[in-house]
Amino acid sequence: MSVLTFTDRGIYCPAGDFHIDPWRPADRALITHAHSDHARWGMGRYLATPRTAAVMRHRLGEIEVSTIPYGETRRIDGARVSFHPAGHVPGSAQIRVEVGGEVWVVSGDYKTAEDGLSEPFEPVRCHAFVSECTFGLPVFNWTPLEALRAEINGWWAANAAAGRPSILGAYSLGKAQRLLTDLDPSIGPILTHSAVENVNEVLRAEGIALPDTIRLAPDMTAKDHPGAMILAPPSALGGAWPKGFRGASTAFASGWMALRGVRRRRAADRGFVVSDHADWEGLNAAIAATGAERIFVTHGYTSVFRRWLETRGYDAAVVETDYEGESLDAAAESGAEAGSGDGAGARGGTGDTAA
Amino acid sequence: MQDFARLFTALDQSTKTTVKVAALAEFFRTAEDADKLWCVALFSGRRPRRVITTTTLREWAAERAGIPLWLFEESYPVVGDLAETISLVLPPPDRTDDRPLNHWIARLAELSMAGEAERKSGILAAWDGMERTERLLFTKLLTGGFRLGVSQKLMTRALAQATGRDEAELTHRLMGAWTPGSVTWESLIEASDPTADLSRPYPFYLAYQREETDDLGPASDWFAERKWDGIRGQLVLRGGEHHLWSRGEELMTDRFPEFARLRDWLPPGTVIDGEVLAFAGERPLPFNALQKRIGRKTVPKKLLEESPVILMAYDLLEEHGTDIRPLPFTERRARLAALVATVPADAPVRLSADVSAEDWDVLAATRAESRDHAAEGLMLKRRSSPYLSGRKKGDWWKWKVDPLTIDAVMIYAQSGSGRRANLFTDFTFAVRDGADLVPFTKAYSGLTDAEFRQITAWVRKNTLQRFGPVRQVTPEHVFEIAFEGIQESPRHKSGVALRFPRMARWRRDKPASEINTLSDLREMLATYG
Repeated sequence: MSVLTFTDRGIYCPAGDFHIDPWRPADRALITHAHSDHARWGMGRYLATPRTAAVMRHRLGEIEVSTIPYGETRRIDGARVSFHPAGHVPGSAQIRVEVGGEVWVVSGDYKTAEDGLSEPFEPVRCHAFVSECTFGLPVFNWTPLEALRAEINGWWAANAAAGRPSILGAYSLGKAQRLLTDLDPSIGPILTHSAVENVNEVLRAEGIALPDTIRLAPDMTAKDHPGAMILAPPSALGGAWPKGFRGASTAFASGWMALRGVRRRRAADRGFVVSDHADWEGLNAAIAATGAERIFVTHGYTSVFRRWLETRGYDAAVVETDYEGESLDAAAESGAEAGSGDGAGARGGTGDTAA
Repeated sequence: MQDFARLFTALDQSTKTTVKVAALAEFFRTAEDADKLWCVALFSGRRPRRVITTTTLREWAAERAGIPLWLFEESYPVVGDLAETISLVLPPPDRTDDRPLNHWIARLAELSMAGEAERKSGILAAWDGMERTERLLFTKLLTGGFRLGVSQKLMTRALAQATGRDEAELTHRLMGAWTPGSVTWESLIEASDPTADLSRPYPFYLAYQREETDDLGPASDWFAERKWDGIRGQLVLRGGEHHLWSRGEELMTDRFPEFARLRDWLPPGTVIDGEVLAFAGERPLPFNALQKRIGRKTVPKKLLEESPVILMAYDLLEEHGTDIRPLPFTERRARLAALVATVPADAPVRLSADVSAEDWDVLAATRAESRDHAAEGLMLKRRSSPYLSGRKKGDWWKWKVDPLTIDAVMIYAQSGSGRRANLFTDFTFAVRDGADLVPFTKAYSGLTDAEFRQITAWVRKNTLQRFGPVRQVTPEHVFEIAFEGIQESPRHKSGVALRFPRMARWRRDKPASEINTLSDLREMLATYG
């Protein structure tokens, strides 16, 4: 029997009778990370890392969730499972499942480059690797962290000098926090949209050190906080901002900003290439490091990436899932996605559902 | 290349015209002359000669990136731009290289003379020393199509700011057949006589469109003529030579050899603004007669006989070598009329008829019968107006007849390119013929970005079949297609071809069962074709 099977409910382990990141109700769910396309409401019992569990409690309310630290092996019926850092967002994990000596790993979403906040990605040796490939094309290669910080802080500082607020759109779980640690607080105060600040509070309570932030209030104006940086979910960028913030310079932080066409179509002044998903090099390096011969690709440029893996000698297959990767269309309602062909990363979830 | 890349980044990062102009002006103040000249050339549609085919370029880029060609080809439509795709897949540079733009253009000229192996190593070496933006620009030089969101107008404004010269004068100086190889910065921008170049045309005066005439004052202030549907052109006769320019500043002299005869009657130092029309029996031929002429650099005798052209003269810009654009329109028109009257009746030039009236209602009636005259509507020109350059509001107006419209259903969708690469923007529409749907036109424009995003999301979920980049979709969404004319076309399944089709409205209120039929189209063809 296969260690894992792919059903219309999610990824299932027959030996342990549990699902990983199921998208339809299941009795027992092991969760890679707290983004809403992976951690959904309606499961009987959840198992996740402590940080993921904390965010899930915040987002899903009353749920029965137990926690497991990274690296600890637990037996669930006939399977042995353990969670390992995926580098995607704080608390995110790859889930290792071992049945009768055969090891499969489900990556969830991951990135190999360190972001200064998430627990760094840890390669796990396995026989079969279930990988995302949101940015599985050779045109996606991320800006190194130092250069990225210089770009964002340069933009912020120029705006502050010109007396303009800066509004930066980023997912409220993960990307917003990693950007917080990238920002140089000497430039000005950092204001946060409620969706972002709520997650900040949860993560601070979990012992993650984040810079000081000020929660946006309805009556606040940019004048109260000269030179401010405002972190908001991408969906909020399209909306109307209070009068006090007119004239602000706006930017999106997303892997899709690597493409000039996408950058220019966004109604923002700037686009920063920041993703919590692996880039082309990252995907290839991560897959090589697993030592796996069988690769299942779940979401992203799946059919192209599978073909590429086959030319590299892997036994590769596409698995249909409901995971969304990094939503391209931050403004949400329209659901534009990148890519033609078998397309792509995002199926137009609302701004903050997936990252 | 680094300076030019910095300029490009500044242009690309801003959506504000003032910021773009300031960035360009800064470049014009600080760059070396050869770079400034190339910057002007590139942003006015002048490009270095193609050194290699894009097919070869793709192969080299894939090879350098260490990926199979098919993977490059899969990536290209996602990016939507070949040069950008190349700049993204190549490995990071192994050094920096601060040689300027003009060096690289000279290098390309050298490479164009070299053998294939040397060309390849030359281009790979260039890529290796450039960061991503420099690579993008360098590769754009290789692939042609240097469209980077900066209009010639914007560039000219920046040039005016940087040099302190008048924008209209600079616009005039930048017209014509110069290349960075044929001029210097000094001779192009600073030399005293802008007409030194005998072929140089004047910047065209372009009109905006309007629907109403209520606020134009008395009709007697306005000269009215038909808006002919040909190619706007400027005939320049100087020093015994003649040149014919299109509005897009393309030299069309050789395509329309008929006009050479005009040198026999019109004196040197004459510049006429008019419309090139295929014309026979004192009437314009359908536009596709002219279309046949446009595509050909040399014209076979048979085509010359089938589709003879004339210049429908609108305006006189230069008389006896003097620029008379500042004179009032009525004065220029009188001189034009006098000039055209000296030419024999069979010569390929006509004076565009005066259809002015004292009364707006009379003009409206004249306009309403435009299609009977194979015209698109009326042109209204204030009698006192000088000949300005570029598109200006106030003195000249296009007053077109309402477009023809038909309701059709979308049946195929294809993604756009460049800025629209990730959106479905190119649609094929069908009308009903009994139980069948017959495709009859494509259209790309007329929707807002938000509407294109909505329809894109819908297309993804409602694809019936794929044919390469084309998707067949459920025939569900109805659009009102507006167009300017209709012609018989045996090449199309529907038997008709439309002129300037575009999406006038997304008819969400209308089900696909209520669209127009093929016989409606045929009826339109019989009436207006």
